Amino acid sequence: MKLTGAQVVWESLVREGVETVFGVPGGAVLPLYHALAEYPLHHVLVRHEQAAAHAADGYARATGKVGVCIATSGPGATNLVTGLATAYMDSSPVVAFTGQVPSPVIGTDAFQEVHITGITLPITKHNYLVTHAQELPTVIKEAFYIARTGRPGPVLIDISKDAQIAEIEYAYPDEVHLPGYRLPASDFSPQIQAAARMLNEAQRPVIIAGHGVILSGTEDRLVELAEKGHIPVVVTLLGIGAMPDEHPLCLGMGGMHGQGHANMALSEADLILSLGSRFDDRFTGPPSTFAPRARIIHVDVDPAEIGKNVPADLAVVGDLKDVLPALTPLVEARDRSAWLSCIREWREESAQLDILAQETDDLIPQYVVRQIWHATQGNAIMVSDVGQNQMWEAQYFVHRRRRGLISSGGLGTMGFALPAAIGAQIGCRGERVWVIAGDGGFQMNIQELATVVQEQVPLKIAILNNGYLGMVRQWQEFFFERRYSGSRLSGPDFAQVARAYGIPGLTIREKSEVVPAIAQAMASDGPMLLDFHIVPEENVYPMVAPGSAIHNMIRHPGTVRGGKEE
Amino acid sequence: MKHTLIALMEDKPGVLNRVSSLFYRRNYNIESLSVGHSEIPGISRMTIVLEGEDRIVEQVVKQLSKLINVTHVLDVSDKPTVVRELALIKVKAASRTRSEIAELVRIFRARIVDVGATSLTIEITGPEDRVNSLVGLLRPFGIEEMARTGRVVMVRSGENDDGNNGKVYSSQTAMPQSVPLMAQEVPM
Ligand SMILES: Cc1ncc(C[n+]2csc(CCOP(=O)(O)OP(=O)(O)O)c2C)c(N)n1
Ligand SMILES: [Mg+2]
Repeated sequence: MKLTGAQVVWESLVREGVETVFGVPGGAVLPLYHALAEYPLHHVLVRHEQAAAHAADGYARATGKVGVCIATSGPGATNLVTGLATAYMDSSPVVAFTGQVPSPVIGTDAFQEVHITGITLPITKHNYLVTHAQELPTVIKEAFYIARTGRPGPVLIDISKDAQIAEIEYAYPDEVHLPGYRLPASDFSPQIQAAARMLNEAQRPVIIAGHGVILSGTEDRLVELAEKGHIPVVVTLLGIGAMPDEHPLCLGMGGMHGQGHANMALSEADLILSLGSRFDDRFTGPPSTFAPRARIIHVDVDPAEIGKNVPADLAVVGDLKDVLPALTPLVEARDRSAWLSCIREWREESAQLDILAQETDDLIPQYVVRQIWHATQGNAIMVSDVGQNQMWEAQYFVHRRRRGLISSGGLGTMGFALPAAIGAQIGCRGERVWVIAGDGGFQMNIQELATVVQEQVPLKIAILNNGYLGMVRQWQEFFFERRYSGSRLSGPDFAQVARAYGIPGLTIREKSEVVPAIAQAMASDGPMLLDFHIVPEENVYPMVAPGSAIHNMIRHPGTVRGGKEE
Repeated sequence: MKHTLIALMEDKPGVLNRVSSLFYRRNYNIESLSVGHSEIPGISRMTIVLEGEDRIVEQVVKQLSKLINVTHVLDVSDKPTVVRELALIKVKAASRTRSEIAELVRIFRARIVDVGATSLTIEITGPEDRVNSLVGLLRPFGIEEMARTGRVVMVRSGENDDGNNGKVYSSQTAMPQSVPLMAQEVPM
């Protein structure tokens, strides 16, 4: 079959099972866009390429499939950068296509030429520059394979315009040949036996469940292991949804804004079994202070994560799909009621319970998130932005659904939520998808409201509008003498903006309006934006001051101690 | 401690850049790096020397191994090795100093490879410290130019080297025998 390079791309995508691509056309991808119409692929036109990458990422996180985005050369390609870095930090499988200037002029600073493979080198799992159409089938096959296997991540393919036009005899390879790409072995019985022995001996074990559990689809296996050994589970921000929050053994999120009892459990544990988490500094605090009493078993598919941040006493390099089924049968049911009741006591001191119980007529964000949870019964895909809103969502929404929270964890990219939610909703058409964003971050990709309308994506958007870059303001309040430098923020009337785009919008100023507004959004078939004017200076509690050990929490207003700046 | 790593990588455009930018990105300090063809067609061999704690070097090895175009990475620091470096040194030579320089060259078993009116070019191959000593002794004469290759290393063929002649990887399978060097082993 004779195909042009452009046709090769789409034909190969169809064979990879791709249904949707997110992108913006331009000069260097015109051949690709021309050929696109011949293939059963849905192209979602976004308003900014950053959103294409975030949407592909959100699609991947919601569905577990590879997300695909496309941009033209030069500015189109550079606009992808933040989105690719976001996907890279959170190990999300994305394949990005960029157009490149014709190969004879590469290197001459041609119109809209950038060296995007160089630019994205440290933020992609791998990337390719293709200047010959013959290379395309192999490269695309490899790219999808690399993106979705092992520790997933983004792969970029930069294709010169002449390679898109050239005709070749098409054959799609069945296999990849990548001598330098090794997946971990699936036989590690000595490690598994040692891990089981350590778990069985432990008096106060804790499991840390990270994004790896979700990426490997081993949520049920995790529950099985925890239940069998009576082992409590702390989740990371991206591990939320690895185990239902309501599960009696689930302690919720740990780390800088984690639950007090989760952090106490980590600090008092005598054994930590980390499953697919990378001991991020926002989770551990200073590594030397982390879990001082615990031996650590680190299970990860990426050997480079072992010992990178926190030294491991035992390393198991493998896919949780292989590790958990081998481990659980060796784990003995132990009576850990003393440990669990100790944790239960810590739980009763929870700052979150206090905040919810507080009687106030103020419109507080925690209440808004709780009411969204009540209305959805937890059966929604939540997509949060970055800042206080992200933490309130993580703390006050009770996540039940698998892949029920999508958020930018590693990079902390403001502006992520709206485009990622578009991707998630397009990947899961029948599901309820909610955006929780701050007034700052929402303005970073607000243009995607147009995509919501063009694609008829029935997103429910909640803006927790505090008139501040709230998380910045909170740090300034706690650690920088309340000098709110650069963090006071004005915004538009978001409801009016939404209406201008063709989306119904409501402004909510009173606590009593919250429940009806959410109900109205839930009842409508289309998208809706709710602008909640929350208490401007509400803080996220508890908080671990940067530089402090995680059991040292600022639990309540009024207990702020000066922390050390990192 | 000083570590010596051998990395084999596909000989493709951009691969060198991937490797070197990784060192910069991860804040690893490289002392020397040399690269050239290996015995396998299409595969280059790089020798990397770096100073660092074992934990950091283990990270370097793992991060390098993760690069898709890198096929093998080996830390040969505690193996018996042959280590060589080549240097070309152009040194000022007036008629009265020529013989003195020639004598040094003879002692160091180096060679004079070019003779000019006012300078001599010397080639020396040897372990790094021998090259350093010669450079030190030539410095007073005035070194005009110098080019050093950085270290290249080969593991010695030993008596009990599992019949592999000291070869630390196998090219048939192109699969490493000791990579990844991760803490897979069981403590206790
Ligand atoms: C792209 C980007 N720029 C800057 C930051 C730094 N930052 C982190 S949180 C935050 C404030 C976010 O404000 P807003 O979106 O209103 O959310 P809030 O914290 O008020 O809920 C900022 C500026 C970031 N994370 N991402
Ligand atoms: Mg705000």
